[in-house]
Amino acid sequence: MADVTQLIHDYLRHNKKFPHVFCAGCGHGIVLGSLIRSVHALGLPKDDVVLVAGIGCSGRMAVYVDFNTVHTTHGRALTFATGIKMANPKLKVICVMGDGDALSIGGNHLIHAARRNIGVTALILNNHIYGMTGGQCSSATPQGDISMTTPFGSLEKAFDIADMCKAAGASYVARGTSFHAIQLDRLISTAIMHPGFSVVEVFSPCPTQYGRKNKFRNAVDMYKWLKSNTVKVETLKDPDQKPADGRIPIGVFRDVEEPGLEERYFELQRKLMGQNR
Amino acid sequence: MSKKQKGQTRVCVYPDWCKGCGLCVAFCPAKVLVLNAFGKAEVAHEDECINCGFCELHCPDFAIAIKPRTRNGAAQPDPRSGWSDPENEHGRASPPVRTAEPNPNPEE
Repeated sequence: MADVTQLIHDYLRHNKKFPHVFCAGCGHGIVLGSLIRSVHALGLPKDDVVLVAGIGCSGRMAVYVDFNTVHTTHGRALTFATGIKMANPKLKVICVMGDGDALSIGGNHLIHAARRNIGVTALILNNHIYGMTGGQCSSATPQGDISMTTPFGSLEKAFDIADMCKAAGASYVARGTSFHAIQLDRLISTAIMHPGFSVVEVFSPCPTQYGRKNKFRNAVDMYKWLKSNTVKVETLKDPDQKPADGRIPIGVFRDVEEPGLEERYFELQRKLMGQNR
Repeated sequence: MSKKQKGQTRVCVYPDWCKGCGLCVAFCPAKVLVLNAFGKAEVAHEDECINCGFCELHCPDFAIAIKPRTRNGAAQPDPRSGWSDPENEHGRASPPVRTAEPNPNPEE
């Protein structure tokens, strides 16, 4: 355990203002640490990693790490990532998005990136709310939960990101939480090395905007909730069925080896170039 | 991490980076940390630390470092230089320690 914090400090940009912008108890900081540990564990050089981030709290992540980073327009992080990956397939492109960024504004891009199976790692930090803009109801807010725009409880059902990405054709789909940091390290490092489109949904509590409106007294309560309301998907009898007690399955939901779009594209290019000669 | 021995570590909290979320205090299995009057994490019972690493992995602000202790009880200056536990001196396998190796060929 001796070198974890030192390692993270090595990967941060120390000319930026620290401590970082996330609220006290926000899970995004834990995910940032987990991402850095995963990249370090894989032994990737800093110059070979591209971090593309959209707008929102999660978008601040690209500011702090010393990789190649792009801070893009709202919801369009995956489109920028697609372009980067097609132009230089050697790079490991990690796309950090929030739930509003990935599902509402960039929902179209998410399902089409999954359909194309482009070799990008999408890290979706799901805090169930639009945190940065003041706590409006997002498409991942669970039904009945209170937000700034739904003071009597949300009437709409929430998206199940893992199910949606699985249906859209992503080749690696996993879900973790920022409470289970060691499992999250494993999920993110597997996702980065996976050839096709890989999605890791991370439950990252928002104590400021979501927690205090929904009867969580503080950040610790939210992490205790994550601890007691999640279940490892390996321990379920039928992984396709949701648990009857309402707990949230975490773990790897799909892991198939399929060539990514950039691999298929360069194979086609090689074939056509060979024919012309 | 595998050995649950107490008193092997120094727990260092950087107060400038701590935001006082209380995660380390609430989840520490040995109750090493407390929140002080300023609302920041503080080390109260360092000798109880079992080096599980929860606080270091889960601190959202990267404000806690667990460092191995040297024999005189101080935290090691460079955490990556490895452990300097007594086992090392008995010739058992353990991570490398940066020590001045005696030169096998003194004439060179």
